[in-house]
Amino acid sequence: MTVRPLLAGTATGSVLVLDEPLSMWGGLDPETGELIDRRHPQSGARLDGCILVLPSGRGSSSSASVLAEAIRLGTAPMAIVLAEPDDIILLGALVARELYGLVHPVVVADEATYRSLRTGERVTIADGELARD
Amino acid sequence: MLQFTDHDRALASGDLGPAAAMAMRIITAIAEANGATRLIDVTSAHIDSCLYHGDAGLDFAERLAGDGGRVMVPTTLNVSSLDLLHPGLFRGDARLRERGRRLMAAYVAMGGTPTWTCAPYQAATRPAFGEHIAWAESNAIVFANSVLGARTDRYGDFIDICAAITGRVPDAGLHRDEHRRARVVFRLEGISDAVLGSEILFPVVGHLVGRRTGTRVPAIVGLPTDASEDALKALGAAAASSGGVAMFHAVGRTPEASTLEEALGGLAPEREIVVGQATLDAGRAELSTRTEGALSAVSVGTPHFSLAEFRTLVDLIAERHVAAGIEFYVNTSREVLAGAAAEGLVLPLRAAGIEIVTDTCTYITPIMRDHEGVVMTNSGKMAYYAPGNLGVGVAFGSLADCVASAVSGQITFDAAGWR
Repeated sequence: MTVRPLLAGTATGSVLVLDEPLSMWGGLDPETGELIDRRHPQSGARLDGCILVLPSGRGSSSSASVLAEAIRLGTAPMAIVLAEPDDIILLGALVARELYGLVHPVVVADEATYRSLRTGERVTIADGELARD
Repeated sequence: MLQFTDHDRALASGDLGPAAAMAMRIITAIAEANGATRLIDVTSAHIDSCLYHGDAGLDFAERLAGDGGRVMVPTTLNVSSLDLLHPGLFRGDARLRERGRRLMAAYVAMGGTPTWTCAPYQAATRPAFGEHIAWAESNAIVFANSVLGARTDRYGDFIDICAAITGRVPDAGLHRDEHRRARVVFRLEGISDAVLGSEILFPVVGHLVGRRTGTRVPAIVGLPTDASEDALKALGAAAASSGGVAMFHAVGRTPEASTLEEALGGLAPEREIVVGQATLDAGRAELSTRTEGALSAVSVGTPHFSLAEFRTLVDLIAERHVAAGIEFYVNTSREVLAGAAAEGLVLPLRAAGIEIVTDTCTYITPIMRDHEGVVMTNSGKMAYYAPGNLGVGVAFGSLADCVASAVSGQITFDAAGWR
């Protein structure tokens, strides 16, 4: 399947589809990788190491700092698949690449691809390609 | 396809230094993600990245500063995690204090003006109508777009300083006419003169608008056309907290909305929403998590208190004193504080037992001593964030309600002003 890379790179992992947008600020604990927004339906989920699939970010621009911090600490998703471009998420991943050389791809999937992704399946992202393992 | 000017190429190539090149890589990636075809100049920047959220943000600032990064346009700095003028108020740990101080120093080293305020629009010089700027901090963004008619997209952490160092931003989002027109119309109908004259109308309307529009631009019909800048500040800050509102039109008041047709850009709205008194009552109620119980603190000036608000507060206090055991904080900027002091407005407040906090804000940094009781505020933004950020109960009322409660020690609301 073809995806649009906002930040190109390769990653493999297990898909976690979030049912609602997430603000990383107040929503992701960079120390643990846990989803800590208690109003989010998937509160308590572990985001570290997964391929995170979510409609969009939400809320504070400080989310970029939180994502960069999670990448630095090794608790971030390996890659992020969005339904629409999100500057704040992209900035967090861009800055982590600049500072630490850690590449966590950010891609936008079209509607059909986005809807086909299921929590628990393993996928590999390579630049503009997304494949089930 | 993004087109570069010769100057853009010089920035990107590293000819103007590694910090400019890194900033340009980030600006370019954001421009391409948004489908921008060119970059445009900005005349000022306002930086929100100076608030400490973890070492990645500190590493980024120290890398840019260490690589010789310097701002190319006048750049103001948002609130930080410390009050440098009144450091004794800080109650966080030593590590947080040291990191916060280093982060502030890095942004000053890059040429940022140490304004440490979330309300740069209250400064003596501010952007003119139609100017392109790169401002971060949600309440500053919504004020600049809506009230000043300057043009900034929703900038935030990291990209703000990249824009300041390069002087360039993507020609996208709210820089462009087509994204500034209203998509949703809110009509206030059947609202009494008393409520229309109430200070809390504005944060309540802002809260409701944010909840209902998300990130779309709303036009609001029926607000008083003589609404003060402080009222519009309160509306925008609340709308940017409960939703992602970066621009609103107050028809008959804000500069791109002399009529509803102008606000809509001549097109039909996607949706019209009627706001009656019952909706306002519900919005007002949502902003309080507690309306009774022991009052522990009052916090006002979120966004930062203006000179006009200082004058009003001195009148409301009327030489009375805050009740024993109640903390009362006014958050403001150094510049406004100096202006207030010059008018003799500070000593009467200190005599009343009110503490003035500069450079930071009571809901983002550990300042308040007592988290057991209820915190009262007239700010929709504070009311929205404090329960989560500080774990406190919040009572939302007018500035007069806040003063009456602080003086009596009991949470009180003026019911007559809201009928």
